[in-house]
Parts: sequence; structure tokens; C-alpha cells
Amino acid sequence: MPDEALLTVAGIGKAFGGLRVVDDVSFTVPRGGRLGLIGPNGAGKTTVFNLISGVYPLDAGTITLDGKAIGTLPPRDRVLAGMARSFQNIRLMPHLSAVENVMLGQQARASGLGALLTPIGWMPRGRWRRDAEALLAEAGLDIDPGDVVSSLPYGIRKKIEVVRALASRPKLLLLDEPAAGLNPAETAELARFLRKIAEGGTALLVVEHDMGFVDEVCDRVVVLNFGKRIYEGSMAGARADALVREAYLGADAA
Amino acid sequence: MSGYWSGILAILAINIIFAYGIFVTATAGQLNLGGAGFMAIGAYGAAMLGEQLGWTPALTVPAATLLTALVGIGIAFPVLRTRGVYMVLATFAFAQVVTGIILTQPALGGAMGLVVTEYVDLPVLLGVAAAVTIGVFWLTATRLGLAMRALHDDELVAVLMGVPARAVQVAGFAIGGGLAGLAGALYAHHFSFVEAQYFSPLLSIYVLLFVLIGGTQTAWGPLVGASFFTIVPELLRIGGSWRYVVFGVMIVAMMMFRPEGMVTRTLLARLMGRRRHADAG
Repeated sequence: MPDEALLTVAGIGKAFGGLRVVDDVSFTVPRGGRLGLIGPNGAGKTTVFNLISGVYPLDAGTITLDGKAIGTLPPRDRVLAGMARSFQNIRLMPHLSAVENVMLGQQARASGLGALLTPIGWMPRGRWRRDAEALLAEAGLDIDPGDVVSSLPYGIRKKIEVVRALASRPKLLLLDEPAAGLNPAETAELARFLRKIAEGGTALLVVEHDMGFVDEVCDRVVVLNFGKRIYEGSMAGARADALVREAYLGADAA
Repeated sequence: MSGYWSGILAILAINIIFAYGIFVTATAGQLNLGGAGFMAIGAYGAAMLGEQLGWTPALTVPAATLLTALVGIGIAFPVLRTRGVYMVLATFAFAQVVTGIILTQPALGGAMGLVVTEYVDLPVLLGVAAAVTIGVFWLTATRLGLAMRALHDDELVAVLMGVPARAVQVAGFAIGGGLAGLAGALYAHHFSFVEAQYFSPLLSIYVLLFVLIGGTQTAWGPLVGASFFTIVPELLRIGGSWRYVVFGVMIVAMMMFRPEGMVTRTLLARLMGRRRHADAG
């Protein structure tokens, strides 16, 4: 049902020098859907994220979010159209506190001069601050929201990144390896948290290497190899697919 | 109070306002080594408006501040096309152009300088410095301040969070330029004389040092940095000409042991944590 699609990526391509890193890739994320984007290292997954969020310009193809063509818009306008993302390597603002990082994520909801000049740092009971603290608590983060993030452990910072992206109340959340570097308990907790977010109606697009995690969080996967889409369907189907097995294990093993 | 100390207090008030001008721009990740150029525009703007149009300081000071803020906006667009050390050089060159114009224009007094008849006394300077300090603390607490600090840390991520980067950076140059111009206008009216030689590259370097050594992470930094740089050299006068050596060594030591500046967020958190702890105990 095309009218049910929230994100439509159609025939996108990107080359760096002579290397086609993403080649004619298409997929859709339905409203409230949970799509996993998987593939071996160097398959082009993060590049697809960078193309969707506008870090790089597209060489080819179109991207539509919620009925709006966003493929040529600057990154900020894509955020305003309803998407938010996290990063493969934690990219929180190291000098800001946890709650300030999350309030930064609210930026897309707080345009206008009045919002810009509100002294949120002086309003511990203001709605922006309470909103950010509530989101941190919802994610099960038992920290002092005023802690500077560079002093917090890896697993917690990883989770704050997800919370920061959520703070814009996106329709579509792009997560780039959210479980990388987490221990099994943290991974399981993150999966539960993401399912809860998805139940709230936020669509997820997740790049991840941990297949168990993808299986638990996503209802469908797209597999990339050398920049091309080689499979789309269920996780179980992907596990059984000859092309997918070959991509991961090499031609001999398959 | 002796004339000596009231002179130092006046310089301190002006240095604090000037340092906040450089700080606001630096908060958004831009190093401005053209501080003296902005200050000169404020000083000469106030001087000319007072002498030629007969305006009182109540008008010349705000007008000169606004003028310098507009120059800040104008200069932001070419400067923001450059990065890192090239931006530092671009702002430095801007200040050179400003003093070059002043020196070659007879209407601006050239190398002879200009006399400024309207006098602004010390309490006004201190009052304005206090107001600017509160204003900058307020600015850093706003969402605009948060966006500036985010741009300083990671511009790409800030943009991907929806921060209108260019607008925020231009605002940084406008507010920063305006404050440097305000410092210049007050300087002109308090010392009753302006000359191009005062607005030398050394002044730009000093004010940047106030800010970097004070610390750019919180609004306490420029206050501490400007006070330190204004008062300590005076206290070291008892050491005679050795004071320059001692002061230089102190700066090097500071760079080594507190590269992020004298006042950092972790330092403040520790101070406040201790207080909270003391309350609890």
C-alpha cells in the first residue's frame, strides 16, 4: 500500500570518486514500521543513512518522507519534516550535560525567536527541561541529568544519543548501530525500549550488525551488499536466502 | 579611591565587556582575532557621532554598539566561508583594514587621534559591565546559547538536530561585534581621546587571551580571564621589570595545566557538588 509509506527511498545512488558506494537502492518504511538495514561491512548502510539525513547530496534517485520530497533539502529541513538520527560513533556534545544534549534534540520543535531566547538553563521546572528529563527517565537512564556527558560510561552515552534523537518527536527514527559496544543486558534493554517507542507510533530504520537484536526490534529487513539491495523481506527469509548467505560468508561457504 | 585604582577599574570594566564580545563569538566556535577592529569602530563611531552631530553619550553609545553589530553581520558572511586558522587570519586582516582606514582618513583624525568631549564616568562603566555580564549569562542559558555551544562542539551534528547553523553563527558575530563596539564607545567617552595606535593587533591578541585563558565553556571564563589579565600585571608591578617575565611564565603554565581555561564546567560542577554535599551533611 504506497499511501501507507512514511519513507520512500527510490533508486538512490552515490559514488565517491569512481566507487559506487550506493547503487540504485530502493525501499520503503511504512508508518510505524520497523525496518532493519543490514549487510556486511562496507555494504553502504551508513552512506544510505547519510543520504537520507542529507549529510551527502544524492547522485541519483528520490527520497520522500510523509509525502514530501526531501531528497534535495538541506539537513535541517529534513529534521523539520519529521526525521531524527543517531550516529555509529557516539556524537554527543561532550561539553554539554545529558539533559542539555536532549534539549538540543528538541531544537526542531522550538523554532521562532521566543523559543530561542527562552532561558531554558534557568528554568529547572520549565516544560522543555521536564520533557527532556522525562524522556531520559523513560529510557531507563538512572543518571543525574546535569552530568556532563564526557564523564558518563559508554553504554549510557549510547542510550542518551537515542533519547536525543527522540526529543524532536520524529515520525521516523534512524539508528546507526545503536547496540554496538553494549553488553547483552544493555542490548536487551535497548531492544525493549525501541519496541516501546515503535508501539508509540514512531517508525524505525535501524542499521545493526547484531542479528539477534535486529530480529527482536525489526519486522522486516533490507540487505545491502556492495551498495546494492540483494534482499528485502523477513529476517528468517534473509537467513535462508542464498545471496545473503554468500554476502556474509563468501561464495565458497554458501 | 585613588585615581590609579579608578583608572584600573575603568579598564577592567571595558575589558570585561570587550572579552564578552569575543566570548560570544567563540561560544559558537568562531575565533575572532579582529577584536581591536570592532572596538575601534565602536570608539570612532561614538566619537564622530558626538563631535559631528552633537549627540550625547546616551545616544552615541547605543548607536555605536548597533553600528558595530551591523558591521559584525556584514563581516560574518565572508569570514564564515573560511575555517580554522584561515578564519583567525581573516578576522585579523579585518582589524588591520579598520585601523588602516582610520590612519589614512583626515576626517577621522588620522594618526593624531580624536578628542572626545562628552565624558562618561566610572559608575556608568561598571554598571554597563555588570549589565553585559548578566546579559551574557542569560544568553548562555537560552536555547540560542545551547545551539551556539553545540555548534562549537560538533557543527554537523548540531545541524542534523535542526540548529540553523548559519543564522546562529551570524548572530554570534553580531552580538560579539556589538559588545566589542560597546567597549570601544565607552572607552572613547571615558578616556576622552581615541587614536588608531591603541587598537593594535596586540589588543586583539590580549582580549582573545582573556577569553581562552579564562575559559570558553561558561560565562564565568571571560570575567575571570579579563580580571586576571587586568589586575595581576598591576599587582606584579612591585617586581619591577621582572613582572613581564613572571606574567609570561604564568600564562605558559596555565596553558599547560588548564588548556580548557581557568573556569571549566567540571570545575563549577565540583564546586557546586561540594556545596550540595555540605548542605546534605
